[in-house]
Amino acid sequence: MMTATGSINGHSVRKPWLRRLADASEPYLYSAPSLILIIVVMLVPLVIGISYAFRDIQLLNPFSGGFIGLEHFRELSKDAAFYGALKNTLWWTGASVALQFAFGLVLALLLDKPFWGRGLVQALVFIPWAVPSFLAGLNWAWLFNPVIGPLPHWLFGLGLMSQPGNILSDPQYAMWGPIIANVWWGIPFFAITLLAALQAIPRDLYEAASIDGANWFQRFFSITLPFLAPTIAITVLLRTVWISNFADLIVVMTGGGPADRTQIVASYIFTQAFKALDFGYASAIALVLLVLLLAYSMLIILLRQTLLNKD
Amino acid sequence: MKQSLLPIIAHRMAILCYIVFALFPLFWLLKVSVTPNDLLYSEGVRMWPSRTTFDHYAFVLRHSAFPTFFKNSLIVSASTAVVVTVCASLSGYALSRFSFRAKYWIVALMLLTQMFPLVMLVAPIFKILSPLGLTNSLTGLIIVYSAFNVPFATFLMQSFFDGIPKDLEEAAMIDGATKFTAFRQIILPLTLPGIAATLGFVFTAAWSELLFALMLINGNAAATFPVGLLTFVSKFSVDFGQMMAAGVLALIPAGLFFLLIQRYLVQGLTAGAVKG
Repeated sequence: MMTATGSINGHSVRKPWLRRLADASEPYLYSAPSLILIIVVMLVPLVIGISYAFRDIQLLNPFSGGFIGLEHFRELSKDAAFYGALKNTLWWTGASVALQFAFGLVLALLLDKPFWGRGLVQALVFIPWAVPSFLAGLNWAWLFNPVIGPLPHWLFGLGLMSQPGNILSDPQYAMWGPIIANVWWGIPFFAITLLAALQAIPRDLYEAASIDGANWFQRFFSITLPFLAPTIAITVLLRTVWISNFADLIVVMTGGGPADRTQIVASYIFTQAFKALDFGYASAIALVLLVLLLAYSMLIILLRQTLLNKD
Repeated sequence: MKQSLLPIIAHRMAILCYIVFALFPLFWLLKVSVTPNDLLYSEGVRMWPSRTTFDHYAFVLRHSAFPTFFKNSLIVSASTAVVVTVCASLSGYALSRFSFRAKYWIVALMLLTQMFPLVMLVAPIFKILSPLGLTNSLTGLIIVYSAFNVPFATFLMQSFFDGIPKDLEEAAMIDGATKFTAFRQIILPLTLPGIAATLGFVFTAAWSELLFALMLINGNAAATFPVGLLTFVSKFSVDFGQMMAAGVLALIPAGLFFLLIQRYLVQGLTAGAVKG
């Protein structure tokens, strides 16, 4: 409010410095509430979190808190559960992103051309996106539960299961449960972004190509795909980072079990902080995850640069 | 020139598959929530029970703590949505209309917050909030959720502001209005769709958040819906009808908001994609 009055006063030529000050500080005043929130609740805790990685912080141990250097990282390098979680993270992220992307792209292509009832269809197929993630997790956990859900009975009927059992308690296949839930939940995101990009492609390009006698596949590979490429690159990159951090479904559906077979790094961090209350160790794992994700992002960006330069 | 029928049929079939896949889990949730307990196991895989009942809903609403969870979640999500939308409108406007020295750094900071795993903040935030008495409190959750959602909401609002011609407020300022008056009286009303989209988006995000709620809240009094439902599931994992009735109830507010804003959200994303 001060600025508003300041600039009204500043209308007179007598106090130009006041007006200049008001004008210069205006964007900062607009940004201040957001910036304060971000700095206090995210940036400061981030710095503290990084410092925890080098300290012994256990919630229930009043004698903890000392600086221990790289002790956590030494421990981490010998932690078999961490390596398992790392491997599971790759599997979880890779399978989820690939399937979400493939199904999302097909859905976007199906919705690209106008047809009767498209608005309704769009609202219906995008609904999973609105389902809170914890509920999506519970919902799928119930569907996989042979007591209450139909899926085990269907799989048994198809001969894919020797008896209607719960896939989530089968160490070999348990990871498929959260992955399927994640694919169900994440298809709309890819479909929406890709659909938006599809709609931005100039229509006359397709017409020209059809006149030249190009069939659907030729049009797809020489027009659609090149136009979508930047959107695909950026959404896949963002989604990969996001999904490797996304622990909700796993925490809800399996809690990392059976025998840590579905434990990903993000859920392992949460388990260490929430159940073991070992904040120092949890922060050390988080720091490693952060470095790995940054390295991955850098790699993709570099790769993209080299590809662009080559053309 | 008559188009052959086969591609059209294939197209509609594929669409139908997607609709069934998207809706089936929710349909099942609804189905079990209205199945009477005595039919739950005998008609386990039937598509619809031979008798339906609303007993589970009645029980959940009358004899469980779910109304409290529901109220808590509503307070947290609505407050977060309002706080974030106010902050993000202001900062989004600053990013859209001003060029100033720190702009680059503000954008970089906001992008940074989208990069690192939020799980990393669980422990430090707990340590900071606990001496302030903000753990186990709804206020604490509102503050934390607001901060988490401000960066994305800022970018969203910025893209909506970018879509409004600058001439409008310049004209108003020539007529003697200050920049803030022009912002409040001319630009904000024009961004109502954007504001609705941001409100809805943040509401849904806050309604769904689980990990920080689990960490910061214990006990039923301040539990939000996700925490309540999860404790309920791990404690009494036998009464499926009641759990699913609670699940359907948890779905309602987020679903309503989504239906309201779905149009604007696709619109906003389209605008973003056209630009990028």
